[in-house]
Amino acid sequence: MTEIVTAGGRVAPEARIEATTSVNEVVSIRPQAAYSTNGRAELDALDVLESEAIHIIREVVAEFERPVLLFSGGKDSVVVLHLAAKAFWPGRVPFPVLHVDTGHNFPEVIAFRDATVERLGLRLEVAEVQSYIDDGRLHERADGTRNPLQTQPLLDAIAAGRHDAVFGGARRDEDKARAKERIISLRDEFGQWDPRNQRPELWSLYNGRHTPGQHVRAFPISNWTELDVWSYIERENIPLPELYFAHEREVYRRDGMWRAVGEVSPPRPGETVELRTVRYRTVGDMSCTGAVESDAADVADVVREVAQSTLTERGATRADDRISEAAMEDRKKDGYF
Amino acid sequence: MTGTLFRFATAGSVDDGKSTLVGRLLHDSKAILADQLEAVARTSAERGFGDGTGFDFALLTDGLRAEREQGITIDVAYRYFTTGARSFILADCPGHVQYTRNMVTGATTADAVVVLIDGRKGVLEQTRRHLSVVALLRVPHVIIAVNKIDLLGYDEQAFIEVDADVRRVTAELGLDDVHVLPVSALEGDNIVTRSERTPWYDGPALLELLEQLPSLDELETELDAFRLAVQLVLRPQGGLAADVASDPERAESFRDYRAFAGRIGSGRVRVGDRVSVFPSGIETTVAGIDQAGASLDEAVAPQSVALRLADDIDAARGAVIVETGTLPEGRRDVDAELFWLDPRPLLPGARVLVKHGTATVQALVASVDSKRDLDTLAHEPAETLEANDIGRARLRLAAPLPLEPYGANRHAGSFLVIHPADGQTLAAGITEQ
Repeated sequence: MTEIVTAGGRVAPEARIEATTSVNEVVSIRPQAAYSTNGRAELDALDVLESEAIHIIREVVAEFERPVLLFSGGKDSVVVLHLAAKAFWPGRVPFPVLHVDTGHNFPEVIAFRDATVERLGLRLEVAEVQSYIDDGRLHERADGTRNPLQTQPLLDAIAAGRHDAVFGGARRDEDKARAKERIISLRDEFGQWDPRNQRPELWSLYNGRHTPGQHVRAFPISNWTELDVWSYIERENIPLPELYFAHEREVYRRDGMWRAVGEVSPPRPGETVELRTVRYRTVGDMSCTGAVESDAADVADVVREVAQSTLTERGATRADDRISEAAMEDRKKDGYF
Repeated sequence: MTGTLFRFATAGSVDDGKSTLVGRLLHDSKAILADQLEAVARTSAERGFGDGTGFDFALLTDGLRAEREQGITIDVAYRYFTTGARSFILADCPGHVQYTRNMVTGATTADAVVVLIDGRKGVLEQTRRHLSVVALLRVPHVIIAVNKIDLLGYDEQAFIEVDADVRRVTAELGLDDVHVLPVSALEGDNIVTRSERTPWYDGPALLELLEQLPSLDELETELDAFRLAVQLVLRPQGGLAADVASDPERAESFRDYRAFAGRIGSGRVRVGDRVSVFPSGIETTVAGIDQAGASLDEAVAPQSVALRLADDIDAARGAVIVETGTLPEGRRDVDAELFWLDPRPLLPGARVLVKHGTATVQALVASVDSKRDLDTLAHEPAETLEANDIGRARLRLAAPLPLEPYGANRHAGSFLVIHPADGQTLAAGITEQ
């Protein structure tokens, strides 16, 4: 475990330190910021966004007892995990990750999740929607989507882990309701977001005070756009699940989207299965996430594609957000991410 | 992507066309995508929106159900767009409901504020109040967009009159970097490119200006002394990251690693610099600047780094590492300007928490001294502050904080006032000269 010394003195007495020269030979994870001729470091937008995110992650770890990171294997949570690794380097990421497994996940994403957790030496907590359905605590919805069913297992897992802060990879450019949410967002004992009673967020002073039963959601990449995320993945060479890149897949057309053929997402009578070259812009459930036709085979291709896209990622790929203009807001009020 | 980052806030009064301006900026910089446009067009049509454009831009930023249902904007919305030169974060501040709260939220992180004026109406009471908040919070650049120039027939004389009015008010408020532009958000004049319909205006278009103005980070790197508030101390010991632990020789070299992690608030730091630590006052030398595996020779605001120091000194969360010779004094009695944001009024004798940098201390409100007339900024006697009031109070702190005048250093002079029981943010505070 990385040891963190806080104002509260959570930690053992200081070890004496010796010469510090030995650590100068560190290996560069990424190129340093470019330097202009007058010697001033030129920070580009990604440098500043990265610094902001690392600052937020460190604040939360310093001020909360039991943070956890929601980790789905999707690109946004992968980026947050990468930022956390940088924030505490050369130590390990000092908190576990939590996955709400709907049972409708893409198998390759689950494999990626497990490999990442293994590589970084993290503890993985899993909340399984399937077990809630099996014992009757939750019921399958008529439309077959399990996205809204995640809320209860999520809240139960937060309570069971006694987590007082939950990191998420949500971004404000994803959705109009998310555009209004704070970076540190207070949730009550029912996990509910109260959009009309949010704390003002001033300067870079984050107020995470909460009473017993409450917790906060922390969104370190709130200010990143989809293009920022991809540009950062390219710059930092961050591994991702393969389905973000162009591949051949059996798909059928539904609600104007290409849906993958799978055990939980079979075509209905009348829907024609075709083999298409597709990729995913978001990774959610097989039962409600659409693929886009794409030839983008690597990260550089994706960066170019995203820069030229004429559709937002949720609009292009999420059936559940098409239900109503306030679909995301309503889910968030109920305790969703 | 190689551009820099620039944050700005927009503010305006009712019906001055702010939503149209924001929509125009996003639309013309291609930040609104087809499905968003479609959704807005569909909803606009459903509601019989009919101002001639058939397109209610406010629907793009009003993200909450209550906002759409009531046709009002409740809260600050953040929007993102990029040009070749810069990526922009736009904090869209509603003007009418709780305007102080929203303006303060938007202005504390803004490199610039764009205040909209309806050219036909000139400077309104609301405009003065927005500018007052901007002045008190020392937002470095103020852009006044004199909108609806099309309805004024693109008349130079009409613009000159509003411009003179604006300059008089901004001079009174002590704002120095003020840019006044004639624009039409509806027609797109001087928004993204300079308009041929205002040949008498030889200044930049709004977006050009936003691309050129120096950001706060640049200014604070250049002008202010080095400050880093310690967030936490990195001492991995046995819990090394996998890339380090996998090489036994390397792992050994990190066994005694100890570094002070934080975000540089202002200034720059180089390896070999002499630094002092608040509160102990101990002086030492910067032995290394680490950024997740990379060793830097130099770092600047607002980079998040970990500093290794040459001597084994005591510094925990709440400590501040500064350039030697600029060590601030610890203060327990603070004369502060408070932007009161909570519905519950501030009363003398109240016990609160003050969060400054990475330190949180208890505080007692010794007295409430005055509040501002928001039209003139003059102080009036007051015994209490209510929601959206701005006024002076004296605080007594339970432990000394390295508070410096806000005008000299933004991060060192700003703090939150927090309710000790329910944790609500009660006020934004800045220290006076």
